[in-house]
Amino acid sequence: MYEVRLHGRGGQGTVLAAGMLAKALVAEGRHVVAVPQFGFERRGAPVAAYLRVSDAPMRAMTNIYAPNCVVCIDSSLPRVVDVFAGLRAGGLLVQASKHAPQDIAVPPTVGTVAVCDAVGIAREVFGRPITNTVMLGAFARASGLLSLEALERALAETSFRDGGLAQNRHALALGHERTVVHRVERKEAA
Amino acid sequence: MSEVVDGTASAADAVAAKKEPKILVCDGNEAAAWGVVLARPDMVAVYPITPQSSLAEYVAQFVADGVLDAELVEAEGEHSVLSVLHGAALVGARTYTASCGQGLAFMFEPYFRTPNLRLPIVMSIVNRDGITPQCVWGGQQDAMTVREVGWIQLFCETVQEVLDTVVMAYRIAEDRSVMLPVNVNHDGNYLSNGVVRIELPDQAEVDDFLGTPDVNWHVALDPERPMGVDPLTGGATGPGPALFVGYRRGHCEGMQNALRAIVEIHEEWARRFGRRYAPLVEEYRLDDADCALVTIGSMAGAAKDAVDAAREAGVPVGLIRIKTLRPFPLDAMVAALDKARAVGVVDRAVSYGWNSGPVHQETLAALHYCQRRIPCLSLIGGLAGADLTQAHFARAIAETVKLLDAPCPRTPVWLNAED
Repeated sequence: MYEVRLHGRGGQGTVLAAGMLAKALVAEGRHVVAVPQFGFERRGAPVAAYLRVSDAPMRAMTNIYAPNCVVCIDSSLPRVVDVFAGLRAGGLLVQASKHAPQDIAVPPTVGTVAVCDAVGIAREVFGRPITNTVMLGAFARASGLLSLEALERALAETSFRDGGLAQNRHALALGHERTVVHRVERKEAA
Repeated sequence: MSEVVDGTASAADAVAAKKEPKILVCDGNEAAAWGVVLARPDMVAVYPITPQSSLAEYVAQFVADGVLDAELVEAEGEHSVLSVLHGAALVGARTYTASCGQGLAFMFEPYFRTPNLRLPIVMSIVNRDGITPQCVWGGQQDAMTVREVGWIQLFCETVQEVLDTVVMAYRIAEDRSVMLPVNVNHDGNYLSNGVVRIELPDQAEVDDFLGTPDVNWHVALDPERPMGVDPLTGGATGPGPALFVGYRRGHCEGMQNALRAIVEIHEEWARRFGRRYAPLVEEYRLDDADCALVTIGSMAGAAKDAVDAAREAGVPVGLIRIKTLRPFPLDAMVAALDKARAVGVVDRAVSYGWNSGPVHQETLAALHYCQRRIPCLSLIGGLAGADLTQAHFARAIAETVKLLDAPCPRTPVWLNAED
């Protein structure tokens, strides 16, 4: 079982991204449970979505408290939300940021940092900072959990409020292409 | 339906003709809306309310897209929603609506009359906790509060079960020996918005399962066949109480008939579509169990995981899940409870009058018919969208095991009090 927690802000499409990810994973033969964190629909407010993936069916319809991976599709969110809460040792962070992965401050539980300048890509593609499909590309690249093609097909089944399918496919591809993955080196305890 | 050309069609051809089900990756609200599509109601009336809103939107979209050929009434409130459906059902239409929480509260006046009019309306309740304090999250306080109104109440565990049960509900409601409205309950948040992989049954196979709608024989408003509906009864100077008593007794008999119908219809569903659900009460790892948890709704998934973990640790525990709460499945529940020596009931709602949970009270009533005295603890959790995880059920199991050696507390365990 592999557990992912997605962080974003209301209006960026965090929950929609979790839904597209779920569709793509099912198309690749996996089982998923994707449960959004429940909040009022408020643009800009922090939101989270949980996604559990496994080769076997799962029964528990619950939130996720110890994820293997955290995907943060907003660059300013780590300043207001503890996105690392409960992350498993050696966990993966996929962060929207224009900084180099070495320059992202992370706790010792993080084993791998992947960064993608999702805001820059989204401004280039949509003219607006809508980062969800960009970060799905980044997630596929960093996690190796699913193929870009499966995500493309999931996008094709989705109706978008911001941008059309072609734009979102482009955003997905650029997110995949321009993600930098960095394994965190840890000094052995003396 | 494919035509049989000659008598040589083999069983293999029949298997080949059976269509592969379409796979959907969707939440419980979309699944319920697909169940509505498959059941082909004539009229749908809805008013949106969290966490039911996306269900209303899916149904409206299906009507707009021509996926569902139904009259859609966007009424100005829930009271009107159900009143509109009364009229539709009285002229023989198949009808659907969905609501929850405060919406159900506003709907209460026609809701109260629906089963007494014996109208086979199907209505999803996307269970929501009550206010005050302010809360738009999941909880079963809405459905539990109306459990003596006379509707049939079914509670789903999974997203797939939501879709399947919405379809089955029409067969149950429209059964000639039943003729009562059905609430299909699915938990707000965890089922309404939880996304999983499900199968969409084939429309032709569902058409075959449901058969021709048969709701126009009862109290239809038909100019060719005028009939008095909802007569004045009782009173010292009126026709006497016998007619009213007849209505009430008939309603109770219809509810009891529903127990048989629910079992048979679930059995037929399993035969046709390959998915088997315990129609009344599910028993999970209950044989040779010392203790049992009683659960209802979506909490059962995490609870079963906790039961498996406890079994691996050598604790003989099992689980009972109530699918049908109304009519109360007394015989099935007593048979299940008789297998345990101690019981813990986890409620997602509060019984203020008894300082416990509603399902706890239902279980206590059933325990009266058991062979021996079985201690029964109330545990309350999952209020206002609170998560009920495997860890919460591990605690529920531990608290229930204590009953084997110590007196049963008369106060509830509040599972999310420290969360």
